[in-house]
Amino acid sequence: MRKLMSNRLAVPAFLALLVVGLAFVMPSNFYFRVAALVWISALAVIGLNLLMGFAGQVSLGHAGFFGLGAYSVAILPAQFGLHPVIALIAGGAGCALLAFVVGRPILRLKGHYLAVATLGFGILVSMVISNEAWLTGGPDGMPVPRLALFGWRARGADTWYWITGGLMVIGALLAVNLVASPTGRALRALHDSEVAARVVGVDVGCYKLIVFVISAVYASVAGSALALVNGFITPDAAGFLHSIQLVTMVVLGGMGSILGSVVGAAVLVVLPQALTVFHDYEHLMLGFMMMAFMILLRSGIVPSLSMLIGGRRA
Amino acid sequence: MSVLQVEEIGIAFGGVKAVDHVSFRVNEGDVFSIIGPNGAGKTTLFNLVSGVYQPKYGKVLLEGADVTGLEPQTLARRGLSRTFQNLQVFFRMTARENVMVGRHLKEKRGLLAHILALPATARQNRESAAAADAYLERVGLGGYADTPAAAMPYGALKRLEIARALAAGPKVLLLDEPAAGCNAVETEEIEKLVRNIADEGTTVVLVEHDMKMVMRISDRVHVLEFGKTLAEGTAEEVRTHPKVIEAYLGTHGSKEAAVALG
Ligand SMILES: Nc1ncnc2c1ncn2[C@@H]1O[C@H](COP(=O)(O)OP(=O)(O)O)[C@@H](O)[C@H]1O
Ligand SMILES: [Mg+2]
Repeated sequence: MRKLMSNRLAVPAFLALLVVGLAFVMPSNFYFRVAALVWISALAVIGLNLLMGFAGQVSLGHAGFFGLGAYSVAILPAQFGLHPVIALIAGGAGCALLAFVVGRPILRLKGHYLAVATLGFGILVSMVISNEAWLTGGPDGMPVPRLALFGWRARGADTWYWITGGLMVIGALLAVNLVASPTGRALRALHDSEVAARVVGVDVGCYKLIVFVISAVYASVAGSALALVNGFITPDAAGFLHSIQLVTMVVLGGMGSILGSVVGAAVLVVLPQALTVFHDYEHLMLGFMMMAFMILLRSGIVPSLSMLIGGRRA
Repeated sequence: MSVLQVEEIGIAFGGVKAVDHVSFRVNEGDVFSIIGPNGAGKTTLFNLVSGVYQPKYGKVLLEGADVTGLEPQTLARRGLSRTFQNLQVFFRMTARENVMVGRHLKEKRGLLAHILALPATARQNRESAAAADAYLERVGLGGYADTPAAAMPYGALKRLEIARALAAGPKVLLLDEPAAGCNAVETEEIEKLVRNIADEGTTVVLVEHDMKMVMRISDRVHVLEFGKTLAEGTAEEVRTHPKVIEAYLGTHGSKEAAVALG
């Protein structure tokens, strides 16, 4: 049991070390900025992985929650003078409520039907954001007020590196806690056999809803963080392509792997930057590499590699 | 009073009357077996009783209370659990974790405590793990606790399902072909286990094709054919029932019938 404890905390501890360690080798502000974007995506992907990798439910609309979180820290301070941190929390709470309301009917669906329903939800959110220009600035986006805490202003890529890195590590820690709890076992159980989970008393519908709400909050907080880092937000954050990107990060990194979530996010954020050397062939290379990854490491990068190395699951 | 009572229950799939006006009562602590040829409706009957399917008509009473149409998780709370003919194992979890899920209803379920990994959650995990280990031991899988279910042999998985169902602490346990696909030694172990479960007061409703086992351990036997009740009685009564002999003659030939019915 002691071993299980230390096992559980190994991944968040490693991620914390990674955040601290990388800070010492970052050559420039540009790298800090890219890393902050990785941590933000990783946070959203960890949440989505709880839903997809652990509970086995798909969402092709998670950027909807990401976008709502992002616009919360843009709109609430501008319209109601809320502090950005309060706006972030309000956004998370709002997304939790929305996920609860939307999730109830949607999560009864399975497989492709669930995929299409969540897809519809995501598109709906991004349409609303694009169309309500009076509130959101429409397709052109809107500025986000700077974060200030007790007179101290958060600015500079390195500052955001630490804030987002901290959020990501906390997200990973809470996720591994959840997975190792009775709730986590219920979620993993319903992934493998809903009927078997039900006959020992697991309220499958309720647990799907719980994990959907949790993953929506992760996405919302990540969205808020991105908006604050960039100081500007456009409807793309809530868009269909971003939803697909998040799902791709989950699958690429490894379903059911918290470490994989970070790796998946890192690959899809960093690779396009690295591939700019190929100029016109950038997207071609990216697509080719994603296919190669999935063919060679079919369980996702982290689970496949850890299986290759010696069977321990990350 | 019978702990489980089924009254005139039925369901049809398209034109097939899979279960057709079936009634029976099960006494507390009994091993009550349901037999019949493949496709007779045994599994469907289990699905109706355990809430997996909604009956088209008829009633299910658990300890005298009408529980017809309740969801499986509600029935589990009321003391009814089951295993499955086609394995329904949590393959991505270890044997211990599989059985820990069986403890679900006994576990404290504060989401916040789980996310924050409060000491109460760690304590709960330890309790569930210890309980799971005891159930694994009981079904003879003590050595498998840390093995991923996906890496376990078929016979062990059958018993893992029993351990998981037992962990839920059921009053009535439905076992759907627990010995199917098991070798002679494993079958004997399962027979002992079933007897042992019943002796400790859990009522067992058993679907099983191994007639020797059925005849030895059943207090009562209910025979289905084409979704309908063919006969019911003690093992001896059923074995010598002309209709049952005829049915088994029809499907298996006389020699097999003699073997099958012991
Ligand atoms: N979900 C279902 N949909 C359609 N037909 C079914 C379904 N479940 C069972 N049946 C049919 O009901 C009949 C009884 O099946 P089953 O209960 O599995 O028999 P047994 O367990 O006695 O072998 C069979 O004819 C089977 O094809
Ligand atoms: Mg069957």
